[in-house]
Amino acid sequence: MEFDSVMLSRMLTTLTLAFHIIFATIGVGVPVLISVAEFIGIKKNDPHYILLARRWTRGFTITVAIGVVTGTCIGLQLSLLWPSFMRIAGQAIALPLFMETFAFFFEAIFLGIYLYTWDRFRKPIYHWLLSIPVIMGSSLSAFFITTVNAFMNTPQGFELVDGVIKTVDPIQAMFNPATPTKTFHVLVTAYLASAFVLAMIAAFQMLRSDVTDYTKKALHLTVTSAFLFAILTGIAGDLSAKFLAEYQPEKLAALEWHFETEKGADLILFGTLDEENQEVKYAIHLPKMLSFLAHNDFNAEVTGLNEFPKDETAPLYVHYLFDFKVTFAAFMTLIASLFVVFSRWRKEWVHNKWLLRAIVLCGPLSIISIELGWILAEVGRQPWILRGYMKVSEAATTSSGVGAMLWLFLGLYIMLGVICTVVLRKMFINNPAEAELEYRFKD
Amino acid sequence: MEIQLLGITVLWLFLYGYLIVASIDFGAGFFAYYGKVTKQDHVINKLISRYLSPVWEVTNVFFVFFFVGIVGFFPDTAYYYGTALLIPGSVSLVLLAIRGSFYAFGNYGSRDNGLYLFLYGATGLLIPASLSTALTISEGGFIEKRGDTVVFLAKGLFTNLYSWSVVILAIVSVLFISASFLTYYAARADDHKALEILRRFALFWSPPTILASFLVFVSLRQHNVRHFENIVERYWWMFVLSLLCFLIASVLIWMRKNYGTAFIFVMFQFFFAFFGYGASHLPYILDPYITIYSGYTNETMGITLVIVFILGLLLLIPSLFLLMRLFLFDADYIKGKK
Repeated sequence: MEFDSVMLSRMLTTLTLAFHIIFATIGVGVPVLISVAEFIGIKKNDPHYILLARRWTRGFTITVAIGVVTGTCIGLQLSLLWPSFMRIAGQAIALPLFMETFAFFFEAIFLGIYLYTWDRFRKPIYHWLLSIPVIMGSSLSAFFITTVNAFMNTPQGFELVDGVIKTVDPIQAMFNPATPTKTFHVLVTAYLASAFVLAMIAAFQMLRSDVTDYTKKALHLTVTSAFLFAILTGIAGDLSAKFLAEYQPEKLAALEWHFETEKGADLILFGTLDEENQEVKYAIHLPKMLSFLAHNDFNAEVTGLNEFPKDETAPLYVHYLFDFKVTFAAFMTLIASLFVVFSRWRKEWVHNKWLLRAIVLCGPLSIISIELGWILAEVGRQPWILRGYMKVSEAATTSSGVGAMLWLFLGLYIMLGVICTVVLRKMFINNPAEAELEYRFKD
Repeated sequence: MEIQLLGITVLWLFLYGYLIVASIDFGAGFFAYYGKVTKQDHVINKLISRYLSPVWEVTNVFFVFFFVGIVGFFPDTAYYYGTALLIPGSVSLVLLAIRGSFYAFGNYGSRDNGLYLFLYGATGLLIPASLSTALTISEGGFIEKRGDTVVFLAKGLFTNLYSWSVVILAIVSVLFISASFLTYYAARADDHKALEILRRFALFWSPPTILASFLVFVSLRQHNVRHFENIVERYWWMFVLSLLCFLIASVLIWMRKNYGTAFIFVMFQFFFAFFGYGASHLPYILDPYITIYSGYTNETMGITLVIVFILGLLLLIPSLFLLMRLFLFDADYIKGKK
């Protein structure tokens, strides 16, 4: 199959982002959990929690390194692959991009300090304080970069005349209608996914018969955190749907295969689509739920896909991604809730093998959900790069050679992914927690 | 000062910052690998990683900062350079990615892995070479606008004397800056064995640095007369100052005196040369397509960026200061006692 440079640019951007967000998500969420663990450890004077923080941090450095280098890649690729877009973006949303690097700078400085000062302060709480700027830096950079993405979905705060920006209000562009829901959603899901990734490690160790105080505490801390973040994620998801209904109805309609504008619209779960006849088969219909989801009113009117020109709506396969994402999120919420309920009222069930297995499963599911969420958010606004202003096809580079670069980066990411896994495994298998506890806190 | 000029000066300052910290990093990677091959690694590698570990991520940010800043202040650069640099830019990115991640793999993960150290060391020399192509291109002659598309004349770049002289200068400067810094760092650590090796490196790379600089001058005259004359007529004194600083630094290192002062003079040497080069390049960012006036973003965004920049610095400077106090000026840490 032959691809033109627009398609190849899209593929390369997808590849880089899909790889980057795994590490970016961990980079945003894990510091929060490290900080909580260290704080509990200091307050309770419990070496288990301190060790937990230390070991997470050590693994974290590897993922951060890959997050940093792939982040640098996507940062430059924006200009390399989408030069016409960046010409506009540079004038309208340079502000958040610029602030993102400041936040990143701040994080980089304090992460370096945090990593190398574990035993340098007389009072351990001073070291813990250093985790605060790390969290601020990582979460703020996620916030700023998400406002850029939000701008691409609901651009505002500028006037475009013949491809040239006339007036611009940087603050208005940054705080566009999509900003609140998008940034909130991105942050809480990053915390949730990170909590589950760490929970997966603890649960996995326990299944391999390492049921020690250390792993029990790790599991308890991570799954309880996951429970809290899951609730917030639910709220974020609901707010996002309401946002879509108001500002990007064509995206919501594509996600839900909602063709005709109607009152009291059904929510469709699963099913298959006959695109010719706009017929949905084998689906579960939840009566009037879409209206409720979109407008908090069972009889509200929901705009359908047919209201929009055909060449301005997204491909309809996004519905499948949406189904998977929501199902996974529901499953993760259920597991976290069960754990919390058990640990309060049925302590003997907390370490049940099946529950542990489910928690292990939640680790990859949480990362897959992040990927699915991003794919449907991005594909859902096709064909626009700047919704209503610029189509993706007008923004891509005109230079040849994108195809070769696609292979080059594919090779790079495969290598990084494989070696990262090998190194992380080695780091922890050769140095089990009990042994480390022994030599580090023996007196 | 005009806001355009302020913008480019700020960005240039950051690029200068990157030049210094990245050179130390790139050169250190090369020396670490060279040390391993010549079986001197037990002497110098600990010292090198004690400095690099806490700061490598910061080094990378300087670079990100520069390219985000230039697209923000001068969005036209994204269009021209973005289109033209797809392949060389991607290659630089891959090298940077390999270097950054393998540093982490080698330092936090599997220590003493020969392959990781090799990749880390080799990329240290390839990256300055590949990044310097962007500077070469800015002199004009390698990008052509044909109708609506921007065409990069890669073959011209590869067969050009000027572009090769810049590459050579980039590589030798990296090694010289790095060696003179590490000499100072070894002296602070009272590590005499490492000091001897690193001092030898610094002295070894000192003459080529100045030779390469002359080569760049001579070839620039051929490549871009306007720029060359601008240097000779208006900014010659900056290059004289640069040469003077170079001489002082080299003599100090040779006489085994005040390595700290010597390194500061190395920084001044590159400061004058870099700013002399930058100032004489103006008003062009990409000769002849973009000047700092034609490529400038709109007024509102420009002012907002400057304000944010100042606020950002208020946050960054104390943090950087803390970082340096803990890892650069703390004698006990450098000696490995902490």
